[in-house]
Amino acid sequence: MSNLMVFVDHRDGSVSNVTREILSAASSLAKELGVALHALVLGDSGAGDCSGQLAEYGADKILVAEHPALSTYLSESHGEVVVSAVESGDYSAIIFPATAKGKDLAPRVAASLDTAMASDVSHLEIAEENLEATRALYGGKVLVRLRFTAFPAVITIRPNVFSAKKTSGIGQVTNIDVTLPMPEGYKVKEIETLGRKNLDVSEAHTVVSGGRGLKDPANWRLLEDLRDSLGLEAALGASRAVVDAGWRPHGEQVGQTGKTVAPRLYFAVGISGAVQHLAGMRTAQIIVAINKDADAPIFGVADYGVVGDAMEILPVLTEKIAELNSEE
Amino acid sequence: MEIIACIKRVPDTETRIKLLEDGSGVNPEGIKYITSPYDEFALEAALRAKETEESSTVTVMTLGNDEAQENLRNALALGADEATLLNGDVTMDGLATAKVLAQEMKSKSPDLVLFGVKAGDDDQQQVGPMVATLLDYRCVTNVTNFEVQESIVTCKRQIEGGNEVVEVTLPAVITVTKGEFEPRFPSLKGIMASKKKTLVTKDVQVPESHLVVTGMEYPPERDGVYIVEEGLEGVSELVRLLREEAKVL
Ligand SMILES: Cc1cc2nc3c(=O)[nH]c(=O)nc-3n(C[C@H](O)[C@H](O)[C@H](O)COP(=O)(O)OP(=O)(O)OC[C@H]3O[C@@H](n4cnc5c(N)ncnc54)[C@H](O)[C@@H]3O)c2cc1C
Ligand SMILES: Nc1ncnc2c1ncn2[C@@H]1O[C@H](COP(=O)(O)O)[C@@H](O)[C@H]1O
Repeated sequence: MSNLMVFVDHRDGSVSNVTREILSAASSLAKELGVALHALVLGDSGAGDCSGQLAEYGADKILVAEHPALSTYLSESHGEVVVSAVESGDYSAIIFPATAKGKDLAPRVAASLDTAMASDVSHLEIAEENLEATRALYGGKVLVRLRFTAFPAVITIRPNVFSAKKTSGIGQVTNIDVTLPMPEGYKVKEIETLGRKNLDVSEAHTVVSGGRGLKDPANWRLLEDLRDSLGLEAALGASRAVVDAGWRPHGEQVGQTGKTVAPRLYFAVGISGAVQHLAGMRTAQIIVAINKDADAPIFGVADYGVVGDAMEILPVLTEKIAELNSEE
Repeated sequence: MEIIACIKRVPDTETRIKLLEDGSGVNPEGIKYITSPYDEFALEAALRAKETEESSTVTVMTLGNDEAQENLRNALALGADEATLLNGDVTMDGLATAKVLAQEMKSKSPDLVLFGVKAGDDDQQQVGPMVATLLDYRCVTNVTNFEVQESIVTCKRQIEGGNEVVEVTLPAVITVTKGEFEPRFPSLKGIMASKKKTLVTKDVQVPESHLVVTGMEYPPERDGVYIVEEGLEGVSELVRLLREEAKVL
């Protein structure tokens, strides 16, 4: 087998958590295969400054493409650069983080390379000398194992699926020449960021989700307090019922017609646990349900449950967690 | 404006999925099917785009078997003008699907092609951008709302922690997520009118899949829920368990 490549997602000079996670997973796979792990960074000049961080998570070779046309993400120009970088090497797999950018870019790259792609892979292994990927189907009801018969395999991996572990790679930096016209016919007019520090529910390590059981949008204050007590890697989520009611923005919706999340810790507060909601969160590592109805279906997937009134439980829970933090 | 909306027939989310004994695939018995929820948004978006320009037509297209006619008929009842059933084997290989769809689209040279952001069964999020690449069209993914003016589409798309407003020139592919496109209900008039509309069926050869299924299984069972005691004591216990047992705090 040949080398592995990871597409680097970075913001403001810093490599995203999911990229570190993927590098770690790819690095152990590369070691098992006895091949090198390459990281590909695209951006305006200075994008390559994050190379040190990439080496710390196992990158042996870092390919850096810097060009003003790459300062904002445009699928066509990014796609062109990725495809030519891939074609000038020999790779068995190209792995993208399943972020908005990665999900947009990876299928374009797969189509240009005329190869096979598996999205949201949760496990990668070598079986009978073949690369095999596991992913979920039908909203997480089934797991399928897939073997690739076209290469390089294009793969996306969601945040929080693997854990980031430091391991040193060779970290040799190579600049790639990019000649790109400024893109035409596609213009980013505006970027609006909502809320706190840009941390999206799909990337958070901990998610605090609320449903109709919260009774009133004003009660979200209680969920915000809980989120704040859980630190910077926590974000708010919501059920569709409260999004449809206009209490919360759709960007927070978790479920079949919202986001799929796989955090370490998921709180479902006043959420009944309809199958469409479960489709978006059942792969969370630990699920805590808070619901006043002991028969609510959410308890069927939860690891820990509290039966009671959310409005009474939340302030106490927040206080206990804050106490725990202050002991440290 | 020539508009195409791609829809897929998928198992209803509420349907129980049973695997075959040997884990080689899904037992097809007793599965209830629906049009993939995001594709309903895509169709709604197509119908609204058509309403802004009188002379527009909307074609709904699917790769599937004869049963998918039901889904196409529903789309016609909602207001699509024509339907195309590409009769062939549904595949998990997104690029194989994209090739079949793109091939058919070439003869129509559409101005705007709409997809759901992801299909309710495979959830690969691939087919839309792949078709765009094959047709060499502009592509905007994860769109919650858009507006067409002359030959420019202004799209609002969801990104991490916010939105991006993007302007592209036609022809373009857009993949639609939940947002402004709440699907309409069919009217009696629509249902009557749909009976006179054309549903074309074409047999197609789907390229060989480069994703070979080696097995399916149910996700590992959770150990079952541990309900902490009622009252304040319960909350302290929960925090202790999250820290000491689950090690997530
Ligand atoms: C095509 C389709 C797609 C869908 N997509 C999604 C999706 O992406 N995401 C999603 O979430 N849903 C989705 N749904 C909707 C889903 O079926 C449910 O209707 C929705 O999840 C219910 O939201 P909820 O749990 O907040 O509300 P409810 O079902 O009304 O549940 C409220 C819960 O709060 C509890 N409660 C009440 N008072 C209190 C209190 N004081 N303290 C504690 N608990 C209390 C109740 O016991 C109950 O369990 C979809 C549905 C369809 C048909
Ligand atoms: N067999 C199919 N026929 C028509 N459209 C499809 C088919 N498969 C996928 N699509 C379209 O592509 C979108 C994304 O599918 P996927 O990449 O499989 O998640 C769907 O929401 C549909 O709009």
